[in-house]
Amino acid sequence: MANIQEKIAKLFPEATFEESDILLVNIPDAKWHDLAKCLKDELQFDQLVTIVGMDWKEQLGAVYYINCTANNTQISVKVIATGDREKPMLHSVYDVWAVATLFEREVYDFFGIIFINNPDMRRLFLSIDWKGYPLRKDYDDDPALNPVPKENERQEDITYSYVEDEKGKVTKKEVVVFEPNDFVVNIGPQHPATHGVLRFRTAVDGETIKKIDFYSGYIHRGIEKICEGLTYPQTLHFMDRMDYFSGHHYHHGLCIAIEKAAGIEISRRAQVIRVLMDELARIASHCLFLGTYCMDLGATTMLFYTLRVREQILDIMEKTCGARMTFNYGCIGGVMQDLHEDFVKDVKELLAVLPKNIKEYNELFIGNVIAKGRLENIGNLSREDAIAHGVTGPSGRASGWACDVRKTHPYSIYGELDFEEVVYTEGDSMARTKLRIAEMEQSAKIIEQLIDNIPDGEYCVKVPKVIKLPAGRWFQMVEGCRGTFGVYIESDGTTSPFRLKLVPPCLPLAGVVDYITQGHKIADLITIGGSLDYIVPDIDR
Amino acid sequence: MYDLSLITDWIHNLLSSFMPGWLTTTVECVLIGVGLLLVYALLALFYIYFERKVCAAFQCRLGPNRVGPWGLLQSFADMFKMLIKELITLKHIDRFLFALAPYLVIIASMLSFAVLPWGNGLQVLDFNIGIFFLLAVSSIGVLGILLAGWSSNNKFTLIGALRSGAQMVSYELSIGLSVLTMVAYAGTMSVTGIVAAQEDLWFIFSGHVPAIIAFVIYLIAGTAETNRGPFDLPEAESELTAGYHTEYSGIHFGFFYLAEYLNLFIVSGVATLLFFGGWMPLHIPGWDGFNEVMNYIPSVVWFVGKAIALSFIIIWFKWTFPRLRIDQLLTLEWKYLLPINLFNLVLMVLVIVFGWHF
Repeated sequence: MANIQEKIAKLFPEATFEESDILLVNIPDAKWHDLAKCLKDELQFDQLVTIVGMDWKEQLGAVYYINCTANNTQISVKVIATGDREKPMLHSVYDVWAVATLFEREVYDFFGIIFINNPDMRRLFLSIDWKGYPLRKDYDDDPALNPVPKENERQEDITYSYVEDEKGKVTKKEVVVFEPNDFVVNIGPQHPATHGVLRFRTAVDGETIKKIDFYSGYIHRGIEKICEGLTYPQTLHFMDRMDYFSGHHYHHGLCIAIEKAAGIEISRRAQVIRVLMDELARIASHCLFLGTYCMDLGATTMLFYTLRVREQILDIMEKTCGARMTFNYGCIGGVMQDLHEDFVKDVKELLAVLPKNIKEYNELFIGNVIAKGRLENIGNLSREDAIAHGVTGPSGRASGWACDVRKTHPYSIYGELDFEEVVYTEGDSMARTKLRIAEMEQSAKIIEQLIDNIPDGEYCVKVPKVIKLPAGRWFQMVEGCRGTFGVYIESDGTTSPFRLKLVPPCLPLAGVVDYITQGHKIADLITIGGSLDYIVPDIDR
Repeated sequence: MYDLSLITDWIHNLLSSFMPGWLTTTVECVLIGVGLLLVYALLALFYIYFERKVCAAFQCRLGPNRVGPWGLLQSFADMFKMLIKELITLKHIDRFLFALAPYLVIIASMLSFAVLPWGNGLQVLDFNIGIFFLLAVSSIGVLGILLAGWSSNNKFTLIGALRSGAQMVSYELSIGLSVLTMVAYAGTMSVTGIVAAQEDLWFIFSGHVPAIIAFVIYLIAGTAETNRGPFDLPEAESELTAGYHTEYSGIHFGFFYLAEYLNLFIVSGVATLLFFGGWMPLHIPGWDGFNEVMNYIPSVVWFVGKAIALSFIIIWFKWTFPRLRIDQLLTLEWKYLLPINLFNLVLMVLVIVFGWHF
């Protein structure tokens, strides 16, 4: 790390450094694009994890979290926007990390920061006529300003780009999304295969896809904004409502971040329980993925075979957590309740039937000749593209990118567990499907190791009634069911977060759909979208 | 074998004994029409129930079990619901064609229904080009589907209709050729003639290898003709919501729904006719006692039973396989089924010419 700091300091004398959990580089906007290029090309920081838009009241800006996939070191860069609050500007890094195109749109949507040279400066979640930028600290949330629309929402087929010429003059330019005579099919927001209210405006030529414009925000709830007005324990309850299959993981992530910041040590028992729940939830989620995916492909029967296992897991969860969907199980200091007395017995029953079921899934679907024809070599994503587009989780690992946070940045007790990180290199829909089945086996392996040695102790350690974090910033990643979930907390020393940024794995997954479906058939859009397994509440937050 | 033409003749004689000839014909037509409609509706209801139960069994479920004993009244309730639902009229559609389309579909399947050999002497239309007529009327259905997709003025329905057009026109070739193979073997196009030719042994057994090949191809193409899984692309739910009939509601949707199930019966019925002897009981040459016993089972039971058994296979396909993609579907037809079929026709001709069959 010191090595990197030296190199950056040598090349960019204007950069200043701050030590927090991850090295932070301060750089003026004028040099930011050069630094980004240098980070990517010379220091191999090839994955942009997230862009956290920030409003520090007197100035706007962004914090970039960047990861090096070769040795999994992380670095963060803080850039202050130029210009006044009317028209703050930053330079885009979309040409360095492809996923920045989406992330920058999100920052623009919430903070109004214009990214110079980004080819698509539309709002990402809010409607195009929305007044104000909601995550700014001086945002006026008077409902009279943004009434519930009674008419259809306005929609544009053009977008805008702010292009900078050699002299540094920025001009607004129109960019066409669809040509006037494109045949645009509107897939979603109400569509059986979008897995939620997501919309793909798809330009097709016959059955062949020319371009997809991904449109989201239909169930945007502003969780990040709401959290700024809540105390830390209250923020936890929103974690179940993003990726509702990874509720345990997201709770886990936010809990670790808060515990790290507050300096709370939790008991071994609580850690084991959390990991057990995470892995059970992972099996349940992958089961549901497989079932709904097969249903998307027309093999309806498979759904019931996979739901059988999922039901069993949900029954286990229900006994301990009291819920089947939004568990609200993790809490600061441990978990909400102790394990149910039947837990060990039920989990062992599950482990006994799981291998048989997995074998059945492989025989029924993966080996089927039609399934092979539909999945193999469809939606190929290379390792480089997966990294550039930030496709993490099972989808990234199917492209040969070992991106499992449980291995790359071990948290909780994952470092001492014996399990394999499944990585395939094909990068097609078939690999993504098979990988999830293989991951179910690995999760079962983890559960097997832990189920007989759940240590005694407190399930929740004593924590102060009022949790106050010291001023500072923390970033924590966990492995959700669909990819890397990140939590960024910036605290000003009060009981509620100054800024809580949640980094969803599904936004890049949905964003990459356009890139890998081009030239495929409409039916392949369903295959590819399904195999990426994005989930919409996670994208929208 | 009990000849049902005795009953029909008796009715005919009874009617003509007190009616002029033209009135007799009219009354008979009405009677038959009502009878056909009734059988049509009842069969459709049965098929809905049957498919639900079969699919439930495959999926480790119970299927309908609340309405009536064993859920038997479930499909009646569903049909009743469909009848009383509102027919939603949409703006921006071609109203005439939109209303016409479901009727075309249902008429096509009803006309094919009339040609089927229901039992010994129980056949509505029987003439020397029966099979030919069947192929002709069943292809009207695709017109209805194309019109439905086009007139709805919706991109999803249009894509569904175009898929359907491509699919049905292609697979009609395979159906036609495998039917042709069997017609060549039977030496007649008349439905009664084909059934009569199978008195000793069903074609699937007597026709040697080419008959088996023709049967397999017919079954695949027939599944595709009925737009059922794994060939249900025109209404691929996860891709096109409901394909060509997305915009339909009430009984107009019901017509598509009914026609789909009845086409399933018709396809299996034609397969029964061509390969499994129509209403002809299972006869094995030399086993006279066995043949006598088989004759005691009524011919209607033979026909319907065989048709339902074949539909079971087609339903099995649907609840087992994932859906094909449009290009794979057309590849299967044009690059595999069609050449095999042509070769099979030649093979069949050789079999007939050299008398290699049983």
